[in-house]
Amino acid sequence: MEKTINITLKVWRQAGPKAKGGFETYKLDNISTDSSFLEMLDVLNEKLINERKEPVVFDHDCREGICGMCSLYINGHPHGPDSAITTCQLHMRKFKDGETITVEPWRSNAFPVIKDLMVDRRAYDKIIQAGGFVSVNTGGVPDANAIPIPKKDADEAMDAASCIGCGACAAACKNGSAMLFVAAKVSQLALLPQGKVEAARRAKAMVAKMDELGFGNCTNTGACAAECPKSVSLSNIARLNREFICAKFKD
Amino acid sequence: MWLFNSSVGRKVVMCVTGASLVLFLLFHASMNLVAIISPEGYDMICEFLGANWYALVGTVGLAGLAVIHILYAFILSVQNYRARGNARYEVTDRQESVEWASKNMLVLGFIILGGICVHLIHFWAKMQLVEILGAIPENGMELIRYTFSQWYNLAIYLVWFAAIWFHLTHGIWSSMHTLGWNNNIWMPRIKCISNIFATLIVLMFASVAIYYFVISLI
Repeated sequence: MEKTINITLKVWRQAGPKAKGGFETYKLDNISTDSSFLEMLDVLNEKLINERKEPVVFDHDCREGICGMCSLYINGHPHGPDSAITTCQLHMRKFKDGETITVEPWRSNAFPVIKDLMVDRRAYDKIIQAGGFVSVNTGGVPDANAIPIPKKDADEAMDAASCIGCGACAAACKNGSAMLFVAAKVSQLALLPQGKVEAARRAKAMVAKMDELGFGNCTNTGACAAECPKSVSLSNIARLNREFICAKFKD
Repeated sequence: MWLFNSSVGRKVVMCVTGASLVLFLLFHASMNLVAIISPEGYDMICEFLGANWYALVGTVGLAGLAVIHILYAFILSVQNYRARGNARYEVTDRQESVEWASKNMLVLGFIILGGICVHLIHFWAKMQLVEILGAIPENGMELIRYTFSQWYNLAIYLVWFAAIWFHLTHGIWSSMHTLGWNNNIWMPRIKCISNIFATLIVLMFASVAIYYFVISLI
């Protein structure tokens, strides 16, 4: 037989970007522990709609942990108390019967709230647009084996590339810094020969954009890596620092 | 200039000034240790430094480093507070891998600054400052003996040393990380090195304070 729990939800409600927000408390009974956190929110929204109230707005898309859309700050942790997963991969079995669950949006100057739990994360897109790419001159495609890449580098680049840009790093950071995100995006390209060519320009442009958008200064607390749903390593930040400092000294 | 107007640059200033101050602490701690091994030797070092030009240059340099470090700490803290946005989280929780010190560097810095003021009044104002003003400075060994014979001074200094220990355990590895001297393999190593280094420095300082407190009791 499936197990069910009764929970109390404290959810941040905010009508719009400029409106004053506040917490609303909802009681939910008989929530299956097999349901996911977002399914539980769906149940809540269905209930609210039946009561002719406005449903809670929250971001979600693929619901399998790869799109980086879901972005809830649950009980003091981005993506909830479980480690190395996104909110959509969080299950209700992680919560106790009678527990009060506090759900907040990402809080960062660069991620303004759009409505309720949904925040504007275009700041990350803007950082990518500033340099998180390789300028490819299309022509004949070279043979893949013509460019040998050590497995160690390939693995490390792949680990950095697992970043889904969800914003949990900046949300977890007491300084509101986006360094882990930028570091992952710089690293995944700087480690590979195709990306190395533009590494210096990329590091400078992306850091400049990050600062311009109002993210904070990294103080190496490591909260970002601890909360990252993809376990992106803190040492990527050291690589970003290295790339950036070397680029500036070369100038 | 990238050292002022980029976040990584500002952190480089923070880490270079911080690391220089750590080197000074290492020198200061080694010098203090002489007070246990040979009181005469300690007085010789005091005389050698005194208000000679190289000691004065060093003092001005140190003051400069400290001022830049503190100034940047405030600038960074204000910027970081603003970057957090207007609303704070209702519920916050700690992460296992995050050191307590790393989130409280500013608070630790305040305690250390207070300690520095007390320390300058206890020693510097009676030694180098007096000599700069042209009078005869007090004897270093006697000052140590007198200061640490008071239990409340020992208590103040031990709290100060504890704050320095916490500040250094994060500061040393963090400065290397900021300069980019880190990777997955070296991360646990440099954290271990910075713990050992911080413990060593603080033990050297604390041993002198405790030694002369115990001596005063006998």
